[in-house]
Amino acid sequence: MSLAQHLPALQVVLPLISAPLAVLSRRAGLAFLIVTAAAWTAFAIAIALWLQVDLSGPVSYPIGNWEPPWGIEYRLDRLNSFMLVLVSGMAAIVLPYSRASIEREIPQESHYLFYAMLGLCLTGLLGMSITGDAFNLFVFLEISSLSTYVLIAMGRDRRALTAAYQYLIMGSIGATFIVIGIGFLYLMTGTLNLADMVDRVARIENSRPGLAALAFITVGVSLKVALAPLHQWLPNAYTYAPSSVSAFLAATATKVALYALIRFYFTVFGDAFLFEKLPLPKMMLVLSLFAMFFANFIAIFQDNLKRLFAYSSIGQIGYITLGLSFDSVDGVAASIMHLFNHGVAKGAIFLLIGAIVARLTTRQAAPPAPGFDRIAGLAKSMPWTCFGIVIGGLSLIGVPGTAGFISKWYLVLAAVDKGQWWLVGAILFSSLLAVAYVWRFVEAAYFRAPPAGREAFGEASLFLLIPAWLLVGATLWFGIDTSFTVGSAIEAAQQLVHSHQ
Amino acid sequence: MRNDLVLRVIGRLMIPSILLFALYVQFHGDFGPGGGFQAGVIVAAGIVFYALIYGVTATRRLVPDSVVETMVAAGVLIYAGVGLAGLLLGGHYLDYSVLGHDPVHGQHRGIFWVEVGVATTVCGVMLKIFYMFTSRGNSED
Repeated sequence: MSLAQHLPALQVVLPLISAPLAVLSRRAGLAFLIVTAAAWTAFAIAIALWLQVDLSGPVSYPIGNWEPPWGIEYRLDRLNSFMLVLVSGMAAIVLPYSRASIEREIPQESHYLFYAMLGLCLTGLLGMSITGDAFNLFVFLEISSLSTYVLIAMGRDRRALTAAYQYLIMGSIGATFIVIGIGFLYLMTGTLNLADMVDRVARIENSRPGLAALAFITVGVSLKVALAPLHQWLPNAYTYAPSSVSAFLAATATKVALYALIRFYFTVFGDAFLFEKLPLPKMMLVLSLFAMFFANFIAIFQDNLKRLFAYSSIGQIGYITLGLSFDSVDGVAASIMHLFNHGVAKGAIFLLIGAIVARLTTRQAAPPAPGFDRIAGLAKSMPWTCFGIVIGGLSLIGVPGTAGFISKWYLVLAAVDKGQWWLVGAILFSSLLAVAYVWRFVEAAYFRAPPAGREAFGEASLFLLIPAWLLVGATLWFGIDTSFTVGSAIEAAQQLVHSHQ
Repeated sequence: MRNDLVLRVIGRLMIPSILLFALYVQFHGDFGPGGGFQAGVIVAAGIVFYALIYGVTATRRLVPDSVVETMVAAGVLIYAGVGLAGLLLGGHYLDYSVLGHDPVHGQHRGIFWVEVGVATTVCGVMLKIFYMFTSRGNSED
């Protein structure tokens, strides 16, 4: 058997092995090299798998040679090969950035553990995306969640601990709900293989355990997604985590949870049942609108940049679930695109905020909160960093030429297609809220005078700037050349929507 | 408590049998209740018992932190290594059948090493948690 056949297993196994190797190396430099090499290899594998799916259709890999549906199956289709590219790509960019970024954020002696945890987190997220087995999905969810709690708690601000604890409680409730839901499904269908469940779910969909399973999975996954009003853990977690962790989580963790939601809704339960017989579209519509307006509105009044963009993330998740609630190829495609486009833009923004924090940090003190009075007039000393955040912000607003425009455009098309003109207005109006908070940054960084007594400092180090600008570049690139994002998203949506008929 | 005669004698009697029982649970896992997880916990319990009698400092000399940390990582590596061995010998990832001269033998060998990996990591994690709790308040603050 050639190596190419084993790529689905290696996709998860290589990051998994990198974590204990990083622990055994006990040296920050070596651990960094090991985990970065694993992340880059994982990225290469993800691209290879995406191409394989693109050329020859779904790929199935039986773990331990136990044929599905008895054994655990890794199954790749349009949707999750796309997710793998996003997750591993973000890891490949965030890891080199971490080297310089955690220098002052995390005590030197626990650097190797940081890399090990990041490797485990990557393993969990990749595993969640690639697996075709419901229980295996839960196991990988736990791997990624547990390592995430540790990563957040590593932040130097003491509040990082309470943020991690809060997330631990909420995340554990979510994970418990998910496993209860999967348990019900297993009880009723007698299988854990997601593809095998598809045929059997139709028989139980009107039964009470079937509905209970759906409810548990919906609430559990929504907690991990941070769908408003279940978002309480997110702002603190993103604010106090180390900068590179904030960027990695914002770009991947909630996105993979959203992938799990799409997988359960469209592949397992089927939209014909969920969206036509149950009041789910209305519920999702209300929650999405709530997230879009409420979170974006709160974001405007935040004084800490990281917290501002954390609330903005909650708002952006509203657009993604809004697209799902349309239950049309355009709507679901817009959601999948927005997963990717928002992940890239938000990753870039958090990486650049990390660069600002690194500059504001003095050697002794804990990193200061990047508040608006501290960043006043920053554009003069850090032009590239500030300009990058502005471009990321434009993508959040959805200005043409950026990636965010593409996904919002498809979202508007889907709304028009459904004849919901008022939703077009809602999307535009909530984007105005995004204009307001991005403008607050522009106003502070470009038009205010620097506070008296701040030492002069220069642009962020290139080790921080280059990875961040790769993502800024990607935001612009995917705003112009949409063949990868739109192409993948539409084909994935075509496989998902009405797949049960 | 190391001067307490009763505890010391009981400890000397119990700790070897606890460790022996752990090995029984470990190797009997193929045929009956037991396996790596339980065995790892039992080994760790034996060492925690030692720590209760002779103190944490003596225990840390016996099983140093570096050994514990190595155990945590090594177990995962053994597990993943078994999977990769299956892959390199021409099977799928975690395919035990190709590990021996015939599939039954291979399955035996595969699950044996996987359980060794599980026991190593579980024991390491248990001790790590124990050390972290007992060292609170001593080194910091």
